[in-house]
Amino acid sequence: MHDFQLALAQVRPALGDLEHNLALHLDYIERAATDGADVVVFPEQSLTGYFLSDLVPDVALPRDDPRLDPLREASRRIDVIFGFVEETSDHRFLPAAGYLHKGEFVHVHHKVYLVTYGLFDEARDLAGGGSVRAFDTPIGRQAMLICEDLWHPTTASIAAADGADVIYGLSSSPGRGVAGGTHELGSAETWRAMNRLYATLHVCYVVHCNRVGFEDGVNFWGGSEVVGPDGEVLARAPDFEEALVFATLADASLRRQRTRLPLRRDENVTLNGLEFARIAAQRHWRDDG
Amino acid sequence: MRPSATGEMTVDVSLRERARRGLDLDSGLTCRVLEAFIRDEIEKFGIQRAVVALSGGIDSAVSCALAARAFGPKRVLAVLMPYRTSNPASRGDAETLVDQLGIPSTVIEISAAVDGLLGELDEEPNPLRRGNIMARARMIALYDQSEAFGGLVVGTSNKTELLLGYGTQFGDMASAVNPIGDLYKTQVRAVATALDVPAAIRDKAPSADLWVGQSDEDELGFDYATADQVLYLLIDEMYAPADLIDGGFDADLVHDLQRRVVRSQFKRRLPLIAKLSNRTIDRDFRYPRDWGR
Repeated sequence: MHDFQLALAQVRPALGDLEHNLALHLDYIERAATDGADVVVFPEQSLTGYFLSDLVPDVALPRDDPRLDPLREASRRIDVIFGFVEETSDHRFLPAAGYLHKGEFVHVHHKVYLVTYGLFDEARDLAGGGSVRAFDTPIGRQAMLICEDLWHPTTASIAAADGADVIYGLSSSPGRGVAGGTHELGSAETWRAMNRLYATLHVCYVVHCNRVGFEDGVNFWGGSEVVGPDGEVLARAPDFEEALVFATLADASLRRQRTRLPLRRDENVTLNGLEFARIAAQRHWRDDG
Repeated sequence: MRPSATGEMTVDVSLRERARRGLDLDSGLTCRVLEAFIRDEIEKFGIQRAVVALSGGIDSAVSCALAARAFGPKRVLAVLMPYRTSNPASRGDAETLVDQLGIPSTVIEISAAVDGLLGELDEEPNPLRRGNIMARARMIALYDQSEAFGGLVVGTSNKTELLLGYGTQFGDMASAVNPIGDLYKTQVRAVATALDVPAAIRDKAPSADLWVGQSDEDELGFDYATADQVLYLLIDEMYAPADLIDGGFDADLVHDLQRRVVRSQFKRRLPLIAKLSNRTIDRDFRYPRDWGR
């Protein structure tokens, strides 16, 4: 991996207002690029807002939609990772994270694990993705996951096994849990634990970009952060407030930590693959799915 | 939970302890979220002002103090709406809070309106009907002040009374945004302390003050502290009533609370719409309230 400067754009998108949100993106991209960042990352569905329900078909875009041209153009200066809802040619709508570099999509990740329980109802309006892949950029090999994906530790394991030196988690995480004595939201506590755990055990950078603001009474708590391969928090945005926060991601840290803790070298991908294939087959034949 | 070795029933300490811990909250963090909630959810409608019905009780005191923090004191109007039988101490407590917060206030007597309506009735209504009429008269006055002051109505119903249905639909339950609807009564008390709500308001017995000497806990037949524990375990932790009874909670109380929650569900939802079309409001026509904001 090449050393690079990352900017976390902890924004507050308007719900269902593409035009407003596009302007918001261009503003943060401009500021991130001006301050020397190589990559700027936005939260899940940063272009659309989160609790869309019936607004989904109104804000979904195919990736070649001309309305994305300003973002493509901006990505000639700085790599842009942003969240949107992608409409496929057969008119499915998928929560997506796009990586734009020099005016082109290098990769689009579709949220694999739609969240449909509690306050969430994604599967009513959205379709889920079917793959987790790391991808190459001039900076290095990276991977993107979206919110609920990370609550399934296997997605981060796949991304790491596929060689990602940086795992981006884009989220719209509702703040909940105000238990006494902790001074942080229950959801924040869990996310911070996950970010540190993934970074430490997969010996890579974890970049969590969460949004702020409210939608229909639900708060999004922010607290976006970059965690280094030794589990150290390198940068963290404030809770609840819009922010643009910078961090330097260095290859030397990866090298040093992977030397001290060669977990990635020792990971038995073949074992994982064969055992998961066996379990999947057994479940299929036993339970018919 | 089970008979101990000596045969006596022991209370499941862990279940009560679980409720106690679950109800314990970080007041500072809670206030931060709630202030931001009021500001954000009202400002996105192009409004930076709020009106609150201030009764002199703890719930409206907390909503009022949070609104004053969210917008600054000059942008929050406290509306005091006494009826002729209201406890004078309630008004005094409300005025103390108004002075402490430095917010504007107005007093709108509802006696003439309520008595005028009562005078049109053929029979003397029971206390419940009288209480509902008063609560709805206050709603009318409050929403008029909302328009006059140019501020949205900040609600004052807590989670306990919303779950129990202990409120008047289209009366005191009416609001544009409700910062305390996810706080149980005992949690409202903790937040009130953090907000420096005067002790006189925090320490008095909760009362809807709809008739002389009314007490919530006497009328309901249980105390809020226990009710909150039961509701927390049933609602938030999703225990079954039988689990609570096994855990030492009074069976009659658990069943009573469960019944009240079920019976009042209609109060927490919009009126039912008879479905005819393929896209019925709120059934399959589902847009967020913050549509485009």
